[in-house]
Amino acid sequence: MNEIISNFFNVGVVVQVWPLLMRGLGYTLLLTVVCLPLSVALALALACVSDTSSRPLRTVIALIVDFFRAIPPLVLLIFLFYALPLANIDIPQFAAAAIALVLNNASYFTEIFRSGLAAVPVGQREAARSSGMSWTKTMALVVAPQGVRNVLPDAIGNGVELFKQTAIVSAVSIQELLRAAQIAQGMAFNPSPLIAAALVYFLIAWPLMRLSSRLEHRAISR
Amino acid sequence: MEQLGHYFFNFASLADSWGDIARAFGTTILVSILTLLLGIPLGFVLALIRLYATSRNRFLALVRFVLVFYADFFRCVPQLVVIVVIFFALPYAGLSLTPIASTVIGVGIVLSAFAEEVFWAAIIRVPKGQWEAGRSSGLGYVATLFIVILPQAAKMSVAPLTNRGLAASKATTLGSVVAVPDLLSVTSSIQSAQANPTALTVGAILFVVLFMPLVWLCRVLERRMETA
Repeated sequence: MNEIISNFFNVGVVVQVWPLLMRGLGYTLLLTVVCLPLSVALALALACVSDTSSRPLRTVIALIVDFFRAIPPLVLLIFLFYALPLANIDIPQFAAAAIALVLNNASYFTEIFRSGLAAVPVGQREAARSSGMSWTKTMALVVAPQGVRNVLPDAIGNGVELFKQTAIVSAVSIQELLRAAQIAQGMAFNPSPLIAAALVYFLIAWPLMRLSSRLEHRAISR
Repeated sequence: MEQLGHYFFNFASLADSWGDIARAFGTTILVSILTLLLGIPLGFVLALIRLYATSRNRFLALVRFVLVFYADFFRCVPQLVVIVVIFFALPYAGLSLTPIASTVIGVGIVLSAFAEEVFWAAIIRVPKGQWEAGRSSGLGYVATLFIVILPQAAKMSVAPLTNRGLAASKATTLGSVVAVPDLLSVTSSIQSAQANPTALTVGAILFVVLFMPLVWLCRVLERRMETA
């Protein structure tokens, strides 16, 4: 028992590497805070366009979305990181990581928003349009707010997925939380930093996930 | 355009590598199937235990707490963190697992947590009257569960489970971090050996070919749920 504690829950080791872990967490949060609004904005735009458009354009958007849902995000990341430079296309590290995360998550958000917008009654669009609002205004002020509210639990859930997904950028040696914890483990010859990192992910994601399920239950019982 | 072909579609450069790529593709499929076989049945059993544990008994309340914590914890921690902990931390406790086993268990555990929630949500969504009808027509608890409740719950679980299964299969690429010779790690090492990205391009295309039909299946199932 003591051995387990000193190996996996060694407070002394974790305290020693805490600054390193916090710097890693800073990068993780920065990546989340940059990618989340970009993904949501891109997805909302795509969902609005496909809500209104003719069939061909809708199909094209659906195909793009499906492509990015089919390709594993780590493959996309490695491609941007190691394949493009070989073809003399250089993208800064942070941008490559952000692009991979945004393309992947925007595709999921698009699907979520699409079903949210579809649940807004057609009369809402007709009323807004016939009272003189432009298409942009109709979508931005009338349809999108109701549509997003319809799917808020799923959208929050996907935001949590994005936060968790930032861990994959450790695979290209960016020092976010997971990478920092692995480095700390190597320095201390002790895996406690990894356990600490897992707990940090959990403590940040858990309240948001609870919020998402609470909103979902409320939506069902309403 | 010609340059693009030289960089990304230089298939001649792969002449000696097709066998390795095919084997890696097989590994990816194998690891995905093993992960699904671990995660989904485990999630199902956990949901049944949670259902059985809905009583006031102290011990069962503890079981329920542990189950809910398990499901919440593994839904909140990134899959890659779980894999890395299994592969790099467990050896300190004398438990060394192979890369493939670490990946299957890591992704499988996370899948089981999501599957448990899916099954659980479906079971409690079956109207109470179904339980009462089953019991009052003379079926026992177990018979009611398996003949009346679970078939209805299964129907509601199909779409979200397919979604989660797809996510888990895609997550097997994370095994490349602990050196599973899967499609991603093999094609990306051929790419760096040849200093030409054709291999990884082929890898990416194969991933899309493998997963696109599943994405479409998810879409069809979701539509059906929405209109139901």
